[in-house]
Amino acid sequence: MQDIIEQLEEKRGEARLGGGQRRIDTQHGKGKLTARERLDVLLDPGSFEEYDMFVTHRCTDFGMEENIIPGDGVVTGWGTINGRMVYVFSQDFTVFGGSLSETHAQKICKIMDLAVQNGAPVIGLNDSGGARIQEGVASLGGYADVFLRNVMASGAVPQISVIMGPCAGGAVYSPAMTDFIYMVKDTSYMFVTGPDVVKTVTNETVTQEELGGASTHCKISSVADASFDNDVETLLEVRRLFNFLPLSANEKAPKVDVNDVVDRPDMSLDTIIPDSANKPYDMKEVILKIADEGDFLELQAEHAANIITGFVRLNGQTVGVVANQPMVLAGCLDINSSKKAARFVRFCDSFNIPILTLVDVPGFLPGTAQEYGGIIKHGAKLLFAYAEATVPKVTVITRKAYGGAYDVMASKHIRADVNYAWPSAEIAVMGAKGATEILYRSELGDADKIAKRTKDYEDRFANPFVAAERGFIDDVIMPHNTRRRVARAFETLKNKQQSMPNKKHDNIPL
Amino acid sequence: MFSKILIANRGEIACRVIKTAKKMGIKTVAVFSDADREALHVEMADEAVHIGGSPAAESYLLGDRIIQACKDTGAEAVHPGYGFLSENAAFCDQLEKAGITFIGPPPKAIEAMGDKITSKKIAAEADVSTVPGYMGLIEDAEDAVKISNQVGYPVMIKASAGGGGKGMRIAWNDDEAREGFERSKSEAASSFGDDRIFIEKFVTDPRHIEIQVLADKHGNCIYLGERECSIQRRNQKVIEEAPSPFLDEETRKKMGEQSCALAQAVGYSSAGTVEFIVDGDRNFYFLEMNTRLQVEHPVTELITGIDLVEQMLRVAAGEKLAIGQNEVTLNGWAIESRLYAEDPYRNFLPSIGRLTRYRPPSEFASESLVVRNDTGVFEGGEISTFYDPMIAKLCTWAPDRETAIEAMSNALDGFELEGIGHNIPFLAAVMEQDRFKEGRLTTGYIAEEFPEGFDGVELPKASLKLLAGLAAHMAHRIEGRRFSEASTLDLAQNGNDRSVIIGEDRFDFSVQKEAVIWKDREDNFETLIRIETDWAPGKTLAKGRVGDLKNMVVQVTRTSYGFKMRYRGADLKVHVLLPRIADLMEHMPIKLPPDMSKYLLCPMPGQVVRLEVAEGDIVEDGQALAIVEAMKMENVLRAEKKARVKKITAGVGSVLAVDEVIMEFEDE
Repeated sequence: MQDIIEQLEEKRGEARLGGGQRRIDTQHGKGKLTARERLDVLLDPGSFEEYDMFVTHRCTDFGMEENIIPGDGVVTGWGTINGRMVYVFSQDFTVFGGSLSETHAQKICKIMDLAVQNGAPVIGLNDSGGARIQEGVASLGGYADVFLRNVMASGAVPQISVIMGPCAGGAVYSPAMTDFIYMVKDTSYMFVTGPDVVKTVTNETVTQEELGGASTHCKISSVADASFDNDVETLLEVRRLFNFLPLSANEKAPKVDVNDVVDRPDMSLDTIIPDSANKPYDMKEVILKIADEGDFLELQAEHAANIITGFVRLNGQTVGVVANQPMVLAGCLDINSSKKAARFVRFCDSFNIPILTLVDVPGFLPGTAQEYGGIIKHGAKLLFAYAEATVPKVTVITRKAYGGAYDVMASKHIRADVNYAWPSAEIAVMGAKGATEILYRSELGDADKIAKRTKDYEDRFANPFVAAERGFIDDVIMPHNTRRRVARAFETLKNKQQSMPNKKHDNIPL
Repeated sequence: MFSKILIANRGEIACRVIKTAKKMGIKTVAVFSDADREALHVEMADEAVHIGGSPAAESYLLGDRIIQACKDTGAEAVHPGYGFLSENAAFCDQLEKAGITFIGPPPKAIEAMGDKITSKKIAAEADVSTVPGYMGLIEDAEDAVKISNQVGYPVMIKASAGGGGKGMRIAWNDDEAREGFERSKSEAASSFGDDRIFIEKFVTDPRHIEIQVLADKHGNCIYLGERECSIQRRNQKVIEEAPSPFLDEETRKKMGEQSCALAQAVGYSSAGTVEFIVDGDRNFYFLEMNTRLQVEHPVTELITGIDLVEQMLRVAAGEKLAIGQNEVTLNGWAIESRLYAEDPYRNFLPSIGRLTRYRPPSEFASESLVVRNDTGVFEGGEISTFYDPMIAKLCTWAPDRETAIEAMSNALDGFELEGIGHNIPFLAAVMEQDRFKEGRLTTGYIAEEFPEGFDGVELPKASLKLLAGLAAHMAHRIEGRRFSEASTLDLAQNGNDRSVIIGEDRFDFSVQKEAVIWKDREDNFETLIRIETDWAPGKTLAKGRVGDLKNMVVQVTRTSYGFKMRYRGADLKVHVLLPRIADLMEHMPIKLPPDMSKYLLCPMPGQVVRLEVAEGDIVEDGQALAIVEAMKMENVLRAEKKARVKKITAGVGSVLAVDEVIMEFEDE
């Protein structure tokens, strides 16, 4: 018995050392933490329980039978974040470069199955050179096993991927199917094919960083949701994100005992809308002033900044915010902003997170680039996502709500529950100038007449009343009361029940 | 007394005048431009009249409109505030003709003091000490030496038409006077096309000290002590105080009496200010007289207990001064800090925009402390380009200077201002300087103490430790909040140990109920730091006792794992971590911010309206590179040195945030 315990300790020690001190030092030298250190940062101290520490690969090719390290390049198990359960896996770059073997994949699959069964999120810390080439197709099969579980878990439990080193080839598709991807600046990258292959095939010369670094994926491709300076910061940010999320689709998001009264007015919001309709203002200020304690976690901040997505709390309860940003492209909807917001709305709907929509939208961005790029189908994604969402939906129109974009942005017509407008709201088919130019084409030569017509149109439509008369707006609210009114609206929707017609699943225009 | 007055001004001074009028039961009329429709003075006044477009020339400077507004509202008198029409004799005449009282001095006095040369002559005739010098034409170098000797070294040799330091020389002896004259003359000829030169006494260690006078229409005049306004940046006063830490009773009396003599010589009535330059030996010389209420008048009010606006109203209404000179006593010490919308970190570049947050410290008055804030803005208001960038005048009073400075530091710490760049960190930095505390001031103070500009404040380690302790305590409180309506496992405890990282410093604490225990990692020494604060999660000010600091006020903004803290002008990023995580943090690479000197960065949020150069161009120092429009203003961005444009990353029409790259340079 004593013998076994000694052996156990020895094996544990061996496993904890992963690829050995030299490789650990190399990892540190690159400014990266080891797989286990990362879990120390991510999870509450002492909460981690490791599974499958003694698992080893079964490969006998290319001398692999001589090269066996317990754990096989990935640390798996569960722990807590602020006392709430989460399943985790953390790839160990010091062991075979974190490469994925059949057994490595099996370890990941095991915790994913448990996560879905027990209703807890999965957080994957990715730092892997890719498939374990020595294993060939067994490794590829391992990837696919993980992919399948990503899909099965999708919408059942939140899945968060953190890219903390290389993530290339097939490996990228597991994170791609999770809900959120965080990256570490300068030390992580993701691509389907690396710079060498790119060079051979397309003759493009590109660095790893340019091809798939954090900035590329946060700004251009929108593959990643956020990036941070280093491992520690990134993992702490994951903890922050986790605090906003429910453990599973069967649960509500956690409620925090906040120190911010619901009826706190903010008089400064009464002056945020500029005198001129063409002048921008910062919608983020509105969000921060409505939110509990001014706490706002923004996602995809650098991509399609003409729409803002992220989480706040209202009366302690997580709320997803979607808001047009007049500071960027006048807050219009285009391909990127529609896709960004649509995916966010669907996440919120999957996990019972109510949605607050703040609207100041002049319409869809015109042009060949948009039409050729398929704005029709991409714009439809957002429309579809809002319409199918059954979570509580509250909408506030702060200024413009023009044309089809009005319909899309969680209008009453697509099942928003409570729709408010500020007195500055203008709900119309288009701006007054555009409208008169179409309606009174024959008078275009006469500037005075057109000015008069524009004025008439403005007087008729540049206000919230026409929509309010029809009940498309439930009330016109003073900006300084927005927090109170919105929070109260969500309170009334706490027990909202809404169902969809019987179907296998919908067919969102992907 | 008047029953209704109109205030021909805006901003804080209009609000200031309205306050006194209200106290006296006088109705008030505000005037406003387009840009000021929602301004505070409009809100405060009983009535308001729109008088034109946003630029002052289309509104606040139009005497006719103001007189019309008086007629329309039945206002009997006009208070001009400062600036705009306050020292415009023609406007006073116009008012007089319209039968409206001007709350200020008679037009003749304004006229006499409005001209620099005339005012100096009158001053000299009234036996007011003026800077010794020779105003006549100087023939040649020998003449210059002769005159210099008469004036007494050191002397300043100046071009008549000069300005900006050109054609200006300081001479300490005959040789320097000779050479200085020749050089100034040729510089003046080439720079201004006018080689006339004059010589005056060069004042060493100059201080700007001014005397507040108050005169009625019955020939009475008193002085209300002095104000020292030596802390100036490019001739703009920044910090003022009363009394001056430099004057003795004898000098004060002499300056006061001469000031009254001058006021009486020009038949002055109302409040006025006589400005002097004072040298290191307490010699004082007349500079000019300001025939209006000064911006910095509150410090005088605080030490004399006299409401200057009330006195102006009484004098204008024909009342005799109720206060005699021997009833004027100077009590305690008052300091004023002018809060400007300018970014101290960007060489005080004006900053405009929306005040997303404006929470001044509470005004407060007791036997031992006064906090006063004169302002014309409000949270959600706009600082526009049309007017003076002053946001507020923050004043503190205490029985002695040291306490007044301490109170100012605390008041600045508690002043919440966001949305625009502002000089609070700079003001706070000055309050902390030993030289300021010792009162060793000169008009060159800022240039001497901040020769490289201002790049923030470094706090002593003892202060950092207290801030770190406070941060640990606050973070622990945030983390201690419980989740509800969600499944939680009560298995793990994060414990009470926290490590705080500020820059390169690390502090380790164990958090207690109303204290933290600091553990010195080197010698295993433990110290208890008491923490009693009203702070709660979500609050942006932490006030209370931290260690031996009883009245600490710290601005805090929560970040993902810590806080941003502002204290004594320092802006700190404070990380609060579990000790194990702080250990791991040590493996994290230090990422230096990229060298931005090779880039042209957008200094303000705006849109590129024009690019003046193309890639590959060689640009010279000062050459226009791009034009960025912000708040309807076109800002020309210029090259800081000669270089080649390597890459232009922003196009015409690009909307840029602060510090976004417009173009990149390389050495040519």
